[in-house]
Amino acid sequence: MKNKNHTSLFQREQVMESLKQSFVKLNPRIMVKNPIMFTVEVATLIMLVVTLYSATHTSQGSFVYNLWVFVILFLTLLFANFAEAIAEARGKAQADSLRKTREETPAKLIVDGKVKTVSSSQLKKGDVFECEAGDVIPADGEIIEGLASIDESAITGESAPVIREAGGDKSSVTGGTKVLSDRIKVTVTTQPGESFLDKMIALVEGASRQKTPNEIALTILLAVFTLVFLIVCITLKPMADYSHTVITIAAFLSLFVCLIPTTIGGLLSAIGIAGMDRALRANVITKSGKAVETAGDVDTLLLDKTGTITIGNRKATAFYPVAGMDKHAFVEACLLSSVSDDTPEGKSIIELGRELGVRMRTLPTEGARMIQFTAETKCSGIDLKDGTEIRKGAFDAIRRIALEAGNEFPEETEDIIRKISGNGGTPLVVSINRQIAGVIELQDIIKPGIEERFERLRKMGVKTVMVTGDNPLTAKYIAEKAGVDDFIAEAKPEDKMNYIKKEQAAGKLVAMMGDGTNDAPALAQANVGVAMNSGTQAAKEAGNMVDLDNDPTKLIEIVEIGKQLLMTRGTLTTFSIANDVAKYFAIIPALFMVTVPQLAPLNIMGLHSPESAILSAIIFNALIIPILIPLALKGVAYKPIGASALLRRNLLIYGVGGLIVPFIGIKLIDLFVGLFF
Amino acid sequence: MNTEILGVVAQIVLMIVLSYPFGKYMARVYKGEKVWSDFMQPVENLIFRFSGIHPQEEMNWKQFLKALLVVNLFWFIWGMILLVIQGSLPLNPDGNGGQTVHQAFNTCISFMVNCNEQHYSGESNLTYFTQLFVIMLFQFITAATGMAAMAGIMKALGEKTTKTIGNFWNYLVLSCTRILLPLSLVVGFILITQGTPMGFDGKMEITTLEGVTQHVSQGPAAAIIPIKQLGTNGGGYYGVNSSHPLENPTYLSNMVECCSILILPMAMVFAFGFYVKRRKLGYSIYCVMLAAFLIGVCVNVPAEMKGNPRMDAMGIAQDNGAMEGKEVRLGAGATGLWIVATTVTSNGSVNGMHDSTMPVSGMIEMLNMQINTWFGGVGVGWMNYFTFIIIAVFISGLMVGRTPEFLCHKVEAREMKVASMVALLHPFVILVGTALAAYLYVHAPEWVESEGGWLNNPGFHGLSEMLYEFTSVAANNGSGFEGLGDNTWFWNISCGIVLILSRFIPIVGQVAIAGLLAQKTYIPESAGTLKTDTVTFGVMTFAVIFIVAALSFFPAHALSTIAEHFSL
Repeated sequence: MKNKNHTSLFQREQVMESLKQSFVKLNPRIMVKNPIMFTVEVATLIMLVVTLYSATHTSQGSFVYNLWVFVILFLTLLFANFAEAIAEARGKAQADSLRKTREETPAKLIVDGKVKTVSSSQLKKGDVFECEAGDVIPADGEIIEGLASIDESAITGESAPVIREAGGDKSSVTGGTKVLSDRIKVTVTTQPGESFLDKMIALVEGASRQKTPNEIALTILLAVFTLVFLIVCITLKPMADYSHTVITIAAFLSLFVCLIPTTIGGLLSAIGIAGMDRALRANVITKSGKAVETAGDVDTLLLDKTGTITIGNRKATAFYPVAGMDKHAFVEACLLSSVSDDTPEGKSIIELGRELGVRMRTLPTEGARMIQFTAETKCSGIDLKDGTEIRKGAFDAIRRIALEAGNEFPEETEDIIRKISGNGGTPLVVSINRQIAGVIELQDIIKPGIEERFERLRKMGVKTVMVTGDNPLTAKYIAEKAGVDDFIAEAKPEDKMNYIKKEQAAGKLVAMMGDGTNDAPALAQANVGVAMNSGTQAAKEAGNMVDLDNDPTKLIEIVEIGKQLLMTRGTLTTFSIANDVAKYFAIIPALFMVTVPQLAPLNIMGLHSPESAILSAIIFNALIIPILIPLALKGVAYKPIGASALLRRNLLIYGVGGLIVPFIGIKLIDLFVGLFF
Repeated sequence: MNTEILGVVAQIVLMIVLSYPFGKYMARVYKGEKVWSDFMQPVENLIFRFSGIHPQEEMNWKQFLKALLVVNLFWFIWGMILLVIQGSLPLNPDGNGGQTVHQAFNTCISFMVNCNEQHYSGESNLTYFTQLFVIMLFQFITAATGMAAMAGIMKALGEKTTKTIGNFWNYLVLSCTRILLPLSLVVGFILITQGTPMGFDGKMEITTLEGVTQHVSQGPAAAIIPIKQLGTNGGGYYGVNSSHPLENPTYLSNMVECCSILILPMAMVFAFGFYVKRRKLGYSIYCVMLAAFLIGVCVNVPAEMKGNPRMDAMGIAQDNGAMEGKEVRLGAGATGLWIVATTVTSNGSVNGMHDSTMPVSGMIEMLNMQINTWFGGVGVGWMNYFTFIIIAVFISGLMVGRTPEFLCHKVEAREMKVASMVALLHPFVILVGTALAAYLYVHAPEWVESEGGWLNNPGFHGLSEMLYEFTSVAANNGSGFEGLGDNTWFWNISCGIVLILSRFIPIVGQVAIAGLLAQKTYIPESAGTLKTDTVTFGVMTFAVIFIVAALSFFPAHALSTIAEHFSL
């Protein structure tokens, strides 16, 4: 399901379907949405009339020449339509493969407490169904009762099962995923046909696709360019009359079609669709094209520490016995205290102990009583058969136990605690029989490679902010180590919101990722809010993207996809406009070669004849569209080298390239066309 | 020959050197900071009190434009009345009569839009009174209008987020009292020392060496010529403008007048950099404009100094260059520089006849006006460049993967709409006008004949003349290829329409863009922000201007100047 599966850009069925669509899209009512290509369609129609006319008359040039001009203009249209169609087909294929996962499945609908099996398509919002081990979940919903392990590989491609349970932030299930164990009751949260995926498919298919503000602005600019060149061509007629030059309609239309920015005009919508498609390939469902575009502009990125910057939870990294206690005995005590501790921290203590050569098996756990962690005691531990009480917990909880028992809290311990905190670690204090025995150091493990990603973001001009519940001291340490620019320590949900508002007040665009219901307001406030698919329905409604992989580092990818989208538009616009220089030099001398022979020096390409010059120019103009389709679909490569360097690079490649390439291309085509005309 | 080149270089260096401190000074003036000319304050206060203006009252961009347009309308009516009744007004020692209504209409519009296209001769169709209180007054206030508009834009772009863009009246008055007036006085005194007349006596009767009696027009010429040059006005006191030996008597007066053309438009660019506290941006814009100006100079000066190859072929010596239509006391080099200076700006004063310049010079002259952004008219030239910056920022912003922004404000659909319409207008009026003229010339020859036949030169040059005329009025330049018989019904009406459109639509559009941008939230710069003060962006803007503004005229030039050039 992941992008790795789609290596080839064009697949047979997609190409066939797109070819068909290229003709369907010739419908003027569809065409008129793209003003540039619409004018080309009008030009093609006029050319058709001229071609028919020239079959019996000679004043407009030979029939064969006119026919060729018509065919090439027609191809230009088809190529542009094909670009859009193939982008749609690819997006649709991607969405379809996701949709396949949710085809008709039986649903165990609960009506008045009785289970009734219906088809999944009959489920309505608010219905409650149940699922047991082995069932495919029939619709998106929220668990209202029970807990289950679920295989979400159909959507995420991740084979490890995940736990979903009622209440809390992990209560959401997705249609098409499979329950592996246990039984859950789920309430349906979306109307049929209105799930995020359905919305996304509609966006890609064009049914509900709206132009983004940036696309609108670019279309205005391109439309004005088109208008300028329309004026240039129309006003040329009386001026040519003045110079006693007859210009054929074919030549006028060719000049016009060559000068208007057909390259970018033909590829514009394909670029937009491809942007959403790339997001989908990264397993991100976007609710609008605008969201992808905005992602490219993001200035500030809010990232949760856990899972994004650090690996899951803290790990035990060292044992510090105090008061002259034997190290081995202390480690044993630590392990004993963690026997029943299922938290990642607890497990990591046992792991570390094993590394130090202490085995669980050899420990006297028989007949012992486990003490679970509670919010009141703030510690957990074990009471052994021999009466030994071992407790581990936060520093103030254990100190209280020791002091209440009349034991003292050794100064040495405080030194160790201070040292651990200063290193960004969290101390866990262990007591044996209410006497302080030592300290366990827990450390956050920063994800490998994350520093480079932050560096990359910094070069893009994106500020990263770490959000964590840790105390400021620990937060600062980790922030420095991971290379984030700022952090919010001891963060409460409203802190995120306030930070976003503060940044936005300074004119910045903020992106964040979240999953919990208490994240929802912040997700809605952020300019780009990415909700995890595993998150609550409220979170998913609030954000403008949903990440199917539940991968917190996805934000970074989304920003790059957004930038790529804008860059592809910009570079192809530049290329398209730069092409005009060569086209002028191909067509203008051709128009006047006969009546104003003095203009021969302008024919710097040395094109063979007026007809071959004009044909070569429009052939180049048509061919460049399909040649650039792969670039439009894949997007221009983004390099985080700073805006000025990037502009210089793209200007060199697409600006200077756009100046030179058509000179070469038109000349080469002319060498061939010149054999016939 | 070498002295001529030296003269050209000296003039260019002088302009550049003087424009820097002036730019700095102007920024301070518009910011309301302390400057040496504060002694003018009582005068300004008097004007403000007399006209009931509160100079500190802030206007939003709509109010600002309303004030600008209303005051222009007022001046138009004022000028019309005075020109028609000038015969019965004082200061008319030569007894010139009033202008006809349609002539007054043309004169008024032309001066109101800072174009100064003249379909009359100052010596016989104006009185000293109207020279001073219509022509000179308009030359001050229309220049000041453009400067005030630019001051408003600078205010808008210089602030983080603002709804108001300053007070139009305040900027208008300051432009006159602090910038145009003092500078005009200095230039005027230099001209008087060179022999330009300044007085209110009537025509002087002299007997020439040949014994013929000649009536030489004089009057308050030295008062009017400086502002004509400084305010990119260009409307000469005498009919033949600065070719006239009393309007431009010596090489020194020519140097001063030529520098005066460019000094304020150049200084405005520096002023922008200082005002918005982005000097580097000011410098980079200046460099792009200067480079384009120098390209023109490097084409025209050699072309004019080399002379016409057809003359060489006829065995006629032309050691002094192509001297047809030029003044011997000034020389081909100085005229070559002047024609570039007067066309890059919207000045339009001439010290030689453009119609007689080489075809390639003619092309540069027209291209300068067709682009109309290389320094340009005082204030408005920079504003035209601003339009193209918006377009360039948009395209290059996309190229670096960010929705475009300029000076920390997002450029969106609305600004793009206005900017591209403004950019479209210029080629539109020029090409449509020329095409219409060419059409009539070919298809309605009898009617054209009834208008006097229009063209004195058929062929490629005839098209050049028509193209030049519309280019000149669209650029509010006012110079002409005088081979065209343009004082006719067709040219008066069509040029009048073009004049108004191409003066006020861009100003309204550009102020609106700045006003709209200023209202948006301020976005602080980051590493991802496109820097607009770099060489790359300068090149980008140049390319956008060249491709959008210049290339759309390529077919027209191919049939006129280029064809003519290759025919030599």
